[in-house]
Amino acid sequence: MNVIDLSRFQFASTSIFHFFFVSLTVGLAFLIAVMETIAFVKKDRGGRYDKMTNFFGHLFLINFAVGVVTGIVQEFQFGMNWSEYSRFVGNIFGVPLALEVLMAFFLESTFIGLWWFGKDRLPAWVRLASIWLVAIGTQISAFWIILANAWMHHPVGYRIENGQALLTSFSAVVFNYKAWLFTFHVNGSAWTIAGFFVLAISAYHLLRRQNVDVFSRSLRIGLVFAAIGTVLSASSGHLAAQADVYDQPMKFAAMEAQWEDSESPAPWSAIALVNEQERRNDASLEIPYLGSVLAYNNIEGSYRGLNSLNEEFQQTYGPGNYIPPVLPVYWSFRLMVGIGMLLLLTAFLGLFLWWRRRDGLDETRWYLRALVWIVPLPWLANFFGWIVTEMGRQPFMVYGLLTVEQGVSANSVGEVLAGLIGLWVVYLGLIGLDIYLLSVTARAGIHHTPSAQIAAAPAPDYAADEGFRDPVHDPGQRT
Amino acid sequence: MGLVTLWFWLIALTFTLYFFLEGFDFGVDILRPLLARTEAEERALTGTIGPFWDGNEVWVIAAAGVMFSTFPVWYGALFSGMYPVFVVILLALLLRGVSFEYRNQVDQQRWRDFWDWMSFLGSVIPSFLWGVVMAKLIEGLPINGDRRVLGGIGELFTPFSVLGGLGTLLLFMLHGANFLLLRLHEDTALHARARRAALIWGALATVAILAFVVAGYVVEGLFENFGVLPWVFPVAAGATLASIWLALVLRRHTIAFVMSGLTIVFSTVTIFIALFTRKVVLPSTLDPGFSLTLAGSASQQYTLELMTWVGGIFLPLIIGYQVWNYYVFRERIRPDEGGLDHGY
Repeated sequence: MNVIDLSRFQFASTSIFHFFFVSLTVGLAFLIAVMETIAFVKKDRGGRYDKMTNFFGHLFLINFAVGVVTGIVQEFQFGMNWSEYSRFVGNIFGVPLALEVLMAFFLESTFIGLWWFGKDRLPAWVRLASIWLVAIGTQISAFWIILANAWMHHPVGYRIENGQALLTSFSAVVFNYKAWLFTFHVNGSAWTIAGFFVLAISAYHLLRRQNVDVFSRSLRIGLVFAAIGTVLSASSGHLAAQADVYDQPMKFAAMEAQWEDSESPAPWSAIALVNEQERRNDASLEIPYLGSVLAYNNIEGSYRGLNSLNEEFQQTYGPGNYIPPVLPVYWSFRLMVGIGMLLLLTAFLGLFLWWRRRDGLDETRWYLRALVWIVPLPWLANFFGWIVTEMGRQPFMVYGLLTVEQGVSANSVGEVLAGLIGLWVVYLGLIGLDIYLLSVTARAGIHHTPSAQIAAAPAPDYAADEGFRDPVHDPGQRT
Repeated sequence: MGLVTLWFWLIALTFTLYFFLEGFDFGVDILRPLLARTEAEERALTGTIGPFWDGNEVWVIAAAGVMFSTFPVWYGALFSGMYPVFVVILLALLLRGVSFEYRNQVDQQRWRDFWDWMSFLGSVIPSFLWGVVMAKLIEGLPINGDRRVLGGIGELFTPFSVLGGLGTLLLFMLHGANFLLLRLHEDTALHARARRAALIWGALATVAILAFVVAGYVVEGLFENFGVLPWVFPVAAGATLASIWLALVLRRHTIAFVMSGLTIVFSTVTIFIALFTRKVVLPSTLDPGFSLTLAGSASQQYTLELMTWVGGIFLPLIIGYQVWNYYVFRERIRPDEGGLDHGY
């Protein structure tokens, strides 16, 4: 164990944990803003869209706080574990990070309170504007962070001077095509996550015939979101992979476990026994032409292999091994794409059933049951996606400019290890609690009674008009 | 005034606003177990900061983000150099942040007690450690000629930095108590208890801050280069701190809160003046020649210009809507109303 490996592991795990929460936040904020807009337009106070907004809003809030606090870790971590990196890239990388806080983070954190607590004191249109500001804030926030991340994969608008990257063109950084591909990909997957989250909860209640009027509507809103989200992330993901052929060929070769330069037309490996020691595949099940199609949208064209790229990189950057860990990248890519395809088909199957059966969709029990069961999959696809894109960048931290080894702080193994253990314990606890509370609250539904274990904390009034009385909210009473 | 100087003071501004704002919400969370006797009172106290704490906390993220973009060398050295302190601050903030949301999700006393502890510890620990960080900022870290920070956890806790930690902890408690005097109904027992707390913790805070200043002046010689005018700030900090006691006795609670706020402002500014007058952002304890200088730690001119545009547009906007947020939730809270509709 050394400081580099520990710091890498820490950054990977805290980022993946952070994304577990925030991808739901980013997608769900938009969904809730849409729900509240419908409620507002229909003047639906106390009606089904109002209930829907409050119900999913409550779930949103449970998840939101964890996204905020894990975001602080992200902001401190560059300086704490990667001070050399911070010094190297600060002129450029710090700007989108600061922009994220100033443009988005404040907006979300302030208006979420106004939206939720302002129920009894703000006019409906101000509340509507507040939730839209939260939703827009989360998208802006994702944009700047992804922009910063994309710069590490494809640095643009810089020159190197005295061991520091200097900014030469901010517009080049903002219009980095990689950033826009990543943004659509990440936002698409956030919409997918939130869409399937709403779908699963709606299906759960429809299967039990609870509040059909509310959940049949939320099911349809969720379907539209899931369909847009999956198409967006699949198409931008495809383009991002094609961009890798040119700007990160090593990553593309690792995704395909392509050791030697491919033939033209190139086949696509569906399953391979990757042998990283001997730098070859022991066996590979291949589909002809598909490799070229994936890389170039063409049935012809070859792409570079890991071994020849490694030789080229050694000539450019000096001796060393420039091949990223192939096995995890290869399999993560397949799992991500496989899950993505499955989700895309599920969403469109739902749209098809809605079109053919109309209200009958609410009684299509096999489909609803499937929706409940596949809810973890979008998060898994997200996880595998980050593995592909970040591991595929190794050993570089900033592609072609700075290796991970050069970026790390002069910390001791002891302090990093102790911190890592602390973070893991807390994060595991938080993720467990988040899942537990979300599932209990989601299952309790709109008509949940206080005898169920939860006490619907941020005092939602969505059940108040139905004689709901919550002992914990009764003043002065300790239970 | 160059942009380097401007951004140095804007960083000072973000830290100052952070301590001013989160100072009182930390204070409320620390005082809660001491002041509340019933569940309704606990909720009323949480309700006083419910709609605000999240927006307050973002100021520390802003401080870090702005530091990263305008003073990357300073950012890297400070955060890696005080690694263990920041890990603990992060863990505390993580647990405290979710405690607001999670405390009332499960209807069990043990569950609530657990989150009350998290909320208490998650406020005490960072309140103390931010003082340690500020003290170390002027006392310095073992920076070598390679601009890397050496040394372990032992370097971080000196008598001076511990005094700084006690200073912020007590000051935040006082500030929190003063905030409660403005947010709670005046005819409640809770309000009376908050007033007593302000008097007690105010006296202790005065002692701690005084000891910190004396230690800084006599032992560390930190304020030697201050000159005549900058002396206004530490003196003003002392004067405002002393005036709180008078304001409390005269029941001028708004003045008391403003004064504890100003004490935080003047104290934080004093720290940054101590750096500015020496033209360093982080002194080296190994060799003054290794200290990180103001000019040598800043970003390039183009980045600073860019950030000036960004800051110029968004900082006033943020301050504007945050002020509006406080205006919307200005009503005083009364525990017999549960404080629930106003809080979590």
